Amino acid sequence: MIDYAPMLKLTAFHDRHLAAGGRMVDFAGYDLPVQFHGIIAEHVRVRTTVGVFDVSHMGRIEVRGKDGLAFISRMTTNDAGKLAVNQAQYSVLCYPDGGIVDDLVVYRLPGHYLLVVNGANNTKDTAWLREHLSGDVQMDNVTDATAQLAVQGPKAEAAMQKVCSIPLSPVGFYWAAPCEVAGVKALISRTGYTGEDGFEVYMPAADAGKVWDAIFIAGKEFDIEPIGLGARDTLRMEMKMALYGNDIDKTTNPIEAGLSWVVALDRPEGFIGSDVLKRVEAEKPARRLVCLEMQDRSIARPHYPILAQGQPVGMVTSGTMSPSLNKGIALGYVKRESAKAGTEVQIDVRGHSATAVIVKPPFYKHGSRK
Amino acid sequence: MANIPNDLKYAKTHEWVRLEGDIATIGITDFAQGELSDIVYVEITALGKTIKRDDPLGTIEAVKAVSDLYSPVSGQVITANDTLKDSPATVNKDPYGEGWMAKIKVADPSELNGLLDATAYAELASRSAHH
Repeated sequence: MIDYAPMLKLTAFHDRHLAAGGRMVDFAGYDLPVQFHGIIAEHVRVRTTVGVFDVSHMGRIEVRGKDGLAFISRMTTNDAGKLAVNQAQYSVLCYPDGGIVDDLVVYRLPGHYLLVVNGANNTKDTAWLREHLSGDVQMDNVTDATAQLAVQGPKAEAAMQKVCSIPLSPVGFYWAAPCEVAGVKALISRTGYTGEDGFEVYMPAADAGKVWDAIFIAGKEFDIEPIGLGARDTLRMEMKMALYGNDIDKTTNPIEAGLSWVVALDRPEGFIGSDVLKRVEAEKPARRLVCLEMQDRSIARPHYPILAQGQPVGMVTSGTMSPSLNKGIALGYVKRESAKAGTEVQIDVRGHSATAVIVKPPFYKHGSRK
Repeated sequence: MANIPNDLKYAKTHEWVRLEGDIATIGITDFAQGELSDIVYVEITALGKTIKRDDPLGTIEAVKAVSDLYSPVSGQVITANDTLKDSPATVNKDPYGEGWMAKIKVADPSELNGLLDATAYAELASRSAHH
């Protein structure tokens, strides 16, 4: 009996996941592995050597035309005008009220821009962008024709260097390079969502299996393993990297989410949402996304209330047991007055009042990211 | 395929029961530990209490999510497995042995007749399994 939606999309690596014993779940409309051997083991693999994530569900949108930069500048919060060719930047798409449409990575490549958005938001983002097209701009959603891998961990460079046609050590953090991986034309960038050193590889879907196999042969000496969505979540949480749908959404703005560093409010021409965000920045946001470290064994989960002196001050947006710290960690919004590091708060863990302390990000401070 | 011992009784909510005299040992099945994966905390909230069948017995925290443990029998919760405090992953490694969770002094041993046997539980588990 088939008890899941028959409409699930398959990535180019689907058969590899099944062969590796992946436990498959519906994620962003794709049949993707939540885990292979266990979330903790996979988490530790990425923190200690190298692991491979299939992130083909991410949306990939190419933007061309002489007004392409002006278009991206108007749609995104960061300053795309500062990008050199083959450079990338983390950025945010906002609504006019400052609420977040999505977070994304913007690549400036020779001849076009590449926007990499959350898989679950791909359709929404594409429509939002298309609605705002003006001038000489062509947009092309290339998600289905391409595949995307993240190879992450302190041994990621050593493994990838064996299959990549160019020297990788000169490729800096948030820089990209066109190259061949296992003889397949690809784009490689030193980016990721784990806090470890590592790369993302973009390639045609048709050749993706060949790339996967070559990377696993190259990484064998480092005990390379496929990593599921479960460990992707615990790894990003330890770094306080926001997850759309949990920590950020249309009801939150990038200032309160701690993303001011990718909001270029000094751009004279502004961007969608910039008027509101300037005001938020000037008046200071009423609440902030903070890191919470549990003081007992309990684990906070999304939507649990946060209290200070018995009064509600906020809500948990992400929470897990941190495999690296071996304690409960969480992200959540709290009122500005309660947001200072060192502040003790209570989290209502299903009726039990658990003490948590607000700590400075990231939770995990020993990542290999350069 | 998950291990489902023949000599145990099972609840639809994936707990197992082993009855010795009037003491029932409770744990979660191999299938359940596999579904939860990476168990990091087990708390028997009903310790010391007298509870009814299907009442909450405690909570199981896995890395991914929290789930409730329900009592497959009525009676008094007399013991919780303290060794799980330091090594909750024992539930993943040995769900029917060292990974037991609580002991209940049962009020009516015949209540176990209402639980599933291994064959019926195997069918339930296979219907719940991912593909």
